[in-house]
Amino acid sequence: MAFNYEYYLRMDKMPHMWCPGCGIGIVVKAMLRAIDKMGWSKDDVAVVSGIGCTSRTPGYVDFNTLHTTHGRALTFATGLKLARPDKHVIVISGDGDAAAIGGNHFLHACRRNIDLTLIVVNNYIYGMTGGQASPTTPFGARASTAPYGAVDSPLDISRVAIAAGASYVARGTVAQGFMLEKFIYNGFKHKGFAVIEAMSTCPIQYGRRNKLSDPVQLLKWVKEHGVPAKKAEKMSPEELEGKFITGELHNQERVEYTEEYELVRQRAQEAAGAR
Amino acid sequence: MAETATAEKVAKKKEKPAPRIEVIDEFCKGCNICVDICPTNVLEMKPDPTRWVGAVVVVTRPEACTRCMLCEIHCPDFAIKVY
Ligand SMILES: Cc1ncc(C[n+]2csc(CCOP(=O)(O)OP(=O)(O)O)c2C)c(N)n1
Ligand code: SF4
Ligand code: SF4
Repeated sequence: MAFNYEYYLRMDKMPHMWCPGCGIGIVVKAMLRAIDKMGWSKDDVAVVSGIGCTSRTPGYVDFNTLHTTHGRALTFATGLKLARPDKHVIVISGDGDAAAIGGNHFLHACRRNIDLTLIVVNNYIYGMTGGQASPTTPFGARASTAPYGAVDSPLDISRVAIAAGASYVARGTVAQGFMLEKFIYNGFKHKGFAVIEAMSTCPIQYGRRNKLSDPVQLLKWVKEHGVPAKKAEKMSPEELEGKFITGELHNQERVEYTEEYELVRQRAQEAAGAR
Repeated sequence: MAETATAEKVAKKKEKPAPRIEVIDEFCKGCNICVDICPTNVLEMKPDPTRWVGAVVVVTRPEACTRCMLCEIHCPDFAIKVY
């Protein structure tokens, strides 16, 4: 039965600004269905973003929303969560927002294991500003700042998240919307810092420069380049070159930051009372 | 017992109204994702000069719809609904 997206959208702001076939909308829909499944009241949810096409999301969804500065969404979200640990704080970022200008904040949010959910919409490019190469642009792919092909190796956001201490990490694709919804839902249920990397599509800024301007072809490209974790185990590094591993990659119980911080507060108050 | 359960299931399936697919024309950007993803070819992209994208999704074979929801899930524009 059709899902009631309208309930969660600011209908006066629709249709959204994303280009035809842009994957961001698919991720936002998966996020809304996962929120609905959690049964959260709209007043208890906060959606925080930085700057970029992906970061326009808070403008369209009807929750407590915060559109901040480029790369700093996680810092604002951390402050919000510490002030209101009872709220469900979700951050949505592009690959540039999360891994380029916001890369350092990303590492430290992982390390802290603060109870936030970060959804990274990875479209391998700076969409909003005209297709500059991002930290996840595939080796050899073209971008406005790499007209003869990118010579930097792409950053594996999920692997970095695991190494830095995020306690739930999953990667899906916009070609598999049901799976994406499941990962986001599991990320919401997880206590600690959850990272869901959604391999997405930017037909305009990435696709046009890489012979993949047709949204349907680009979606197929994304699907074909995803390898389920189980299958990847049996593949050689050469076979996995240029591919990305999908699935729930990491799930661990670990000390959570807001709870520990509350204990610090209590210890400080006891110490002050004792004086 | 098992037979009764199956019979009940069949009866329930019969009760369900036929699928209805709604395309919200003002939201559709003509990306073609829904047309391509539908496993039973329910949808078609038809040229339409009155639309800003020059085309519009038409539900040509609603009876073939299995309610798999793939088009609704993958439409980036909140433009297609399966009831
Ligand atoms: C401090 C600062 N530096 C640079 C910019 C310009 N800028 C805006 S969005 C963006 C990158 C967007 O790429 P990404 O985060 O991958 O998101 P997308 O648009 O692809 O969703 C940049 C560099 C800015 N707004 N602020
Ligand atoms: S520029 Fe790319 S990321 Fe931005 S809305 Fe268009 S297709 Fe999406
Ligand atoms: S997927 Fe959505 S926007 Fe794209 S053609 Fe179908 S209804 Fe239109």
